[in-house]
Amino acid sequence: MQAPHRLDAIFAALSDPTRRAILARLASGEASVTELAEPFAMSQPAISKHLKVLERAGLVSRGRDAQRRPRRLEPKRLGEATKWLERYRRLWEGNYQRLDALLDELKTKPLTTGDDR
Amino acid sequence: MKPAATLKLTTPGERDLVMTRVFDAPRKLVFDAHTKPELVRRWLLGPAGWSMPVCEIDLRVGGKYRYVWQHDRNGTKMGMGGVYREIKAPERIVNTEKFDEAWYPGEALGTLVLEEQGGQTRLTHTMRYESAAARDAVIKSNMESGVAASYDRLAELLAATPATGRA
Repeated sequence: MQAPHRLDAIFAALSDPTRRAILARLASGEASVTELAEPFAMSQPAISKHLKVLERAGLVSRGRDAQRRPRRLEPKRLGEATKWLERYRRLWEGNYQRLDALLDELKTKPLTTGDDR
Repeated sequence: MKPAATLKLTTPGERDLVMTRVFDAPRKLVFDAHTKPELVRRWLLGPAGWSMPVCEIDLRVGGKYRYVWQHDRNGTKMGMGGVYREIKAPERIVNTEKFDEAWYPGEALGTLVLEEQGGQTRLTHTMRYESAAARDAVIKSNMESGVAASYDRLAELLAATPATGRA
């Protein structure tokens, strides 16, 4: 189990949509900064900045090729953080789907006030 | 047909955990569903196989609430409760939250905000833990006991698509 500050760094890194998109891209294979910048309407320095955040969190590392300096995903690190987030999200999505159904029912059949217990 | 509602889960600060979701109902109903015990116990259940035999709500500032869940097959119980700090029906509730067998230090503070737009309600639920270490203790505990999500699900998570399976 890693130190708490690493989890903080991971969650902070995952909070940005561009960084999530970069991770999704790297999940299908390593890529250079140029290749990563292509699908985004962003400059390479801007992408590099996002990559630095991801690298600090340990989510992305640099490959050996000195010319391309490809970035690659560190799946183990990401897995540690996303496993929990996924489970938590599913738990609440289950709750909220039940709430959807309940709200539909309340819209057609308003609650009769009475004993709240 | 109702629009696909997606639960968004973010960790904006080092102590916070924020959920946002839209419901296709006026916020008065969403508020009721969070504050009337006979409604709360119908949806706030967590994973399959759990029910909520105890749901007590004293909806006033300084009033307490108490929830106890029970596993249908093995009888395991899990309880939590807290105190209401702010109530502004039907738009805002702030309450403390602590599990009976707390595995993290201190109380958490929950803030529920409901905003109505065109008959729909946007829910924002923020949990603020006492410290970054407390939030991480919650995270770690869940990770240890959690169902191992396979690496295959990574793309699904990153795309934030609604889950179809069961945890």
